[in-house]
Amino acid sequence: MNQNSLASSFQATVPVMFGYIPMGMAFGLLLANADYAWYVATLMGIFIYAGAAQFLAVGLLAAQAGLLEVAIATFLLNSRHIFYGLSLMHRFKARGWRRFYLVFGLTDETFSLLTSQPYQPGVDETRAQLQMTALNQGYWVVGCTLGALLGQAIEFDTTGLEFTLPALFIVLVIEQYRSVRRLFPFVIAVLAAVVTFLLGGAEQMLLISIALALSLLLLGRRAGVVQ
Amino acid sequence: MSWYLVSFIAVMTSATFLTRALPFLLFRRGGEHPLMAYIGRYLPPAIMLLLVIYCLQTVDFTQPPHGAPELLASGVVVAVHMLWRNSLISIGAGTALYMYLVQSGVLG
Repeated sequence: MNQNSLASSFQATVPVMFGYIPMGMAFGLLLANADYAWYVATLMGIFIYAGAAQFLAVGLLAAQAGLLEVAIATFLLNSRHIFYGLSLMHRFKARGWRRFYLVFGLTDETFSLLTSQPYQPGVDETRAQLQMTALNQGYWVVGCTLGALLGQAIEFDTTGLEFTLPALFIVLVIEQYRSVRRLFPFVIAVLAAVVTFLLGGAEQMLLISIALALSLLLLGRRAGVVQ
Repeated sequence: MSWYLVSFIAVMTSATFLTRALPFLLFRRGGEHPLMAYIGRYLPPAIMLLLVIYCLQTVDFTQPPHGAPELLASGVVVAVHMLWRNSLISIGAGTALYMYLVQSGVLG
């Protein structure tokens, strides 16, 4: 029975594997091109385990950014994860280190996988959640390591490879639209971005525009424009 | 590994974990409040679009090639994703085109 559950968890994570290994390799290549040892990519995949933040890390390392700036930028970039936990809270039955690991491994893709799993009676939900989370992180760490090794072995022109990040977010925008089927969150985002630019807040753009978008969402709800 | 690199990874690990753990620390039982459900449903789509804009905000439309590589590659990501709905193919096709466009300089 345990083997069956592992097999079905693996099956569910196959699309993530095809996304994480190449994406991890892209990150590993970029880091290796910045002359870091291959195991730095592996360690980042194990500990940081956040795609967007790790791509950001390459730029922050190149700029030798201050640690406070690193903390703030990472927190802002990943702040969307706060709202993932909210949606999964009632489905996480695990306690102790199992709960800790499920929360630690809550990436965009793991979140979408876990929220799209239908409830099946007789299946140990916690075990399945842990298996999927660990498999996904496994793919990511393998990808990061392979990319870094490849980047050390051969010279590779990575100019433009950083486009994987906006491309990923474009795909997630489409997927979010398919799931909510409403346009107003996107209209609010554009409004928030325009206002932020007019305020000249390019440096803190993400923080200001997300705060603005949240305020507009709450205002819209209070005014009864949207629900 | 330098001391800076070790601290860098530790800081990034903690900041990432904090974003994932915060709701579990703050709202031990509040997961079902209607306001939280509303935010949880409609804020993520807005944030995704803001992330796209954030990534592309450094593009200079006043200088050649006037953001053409970014616009073309983004268009390809959207089109390919509408067709096949396979994230890897969509991201791979857009990135490959973008790398070709900026490395070859065909757009000037």
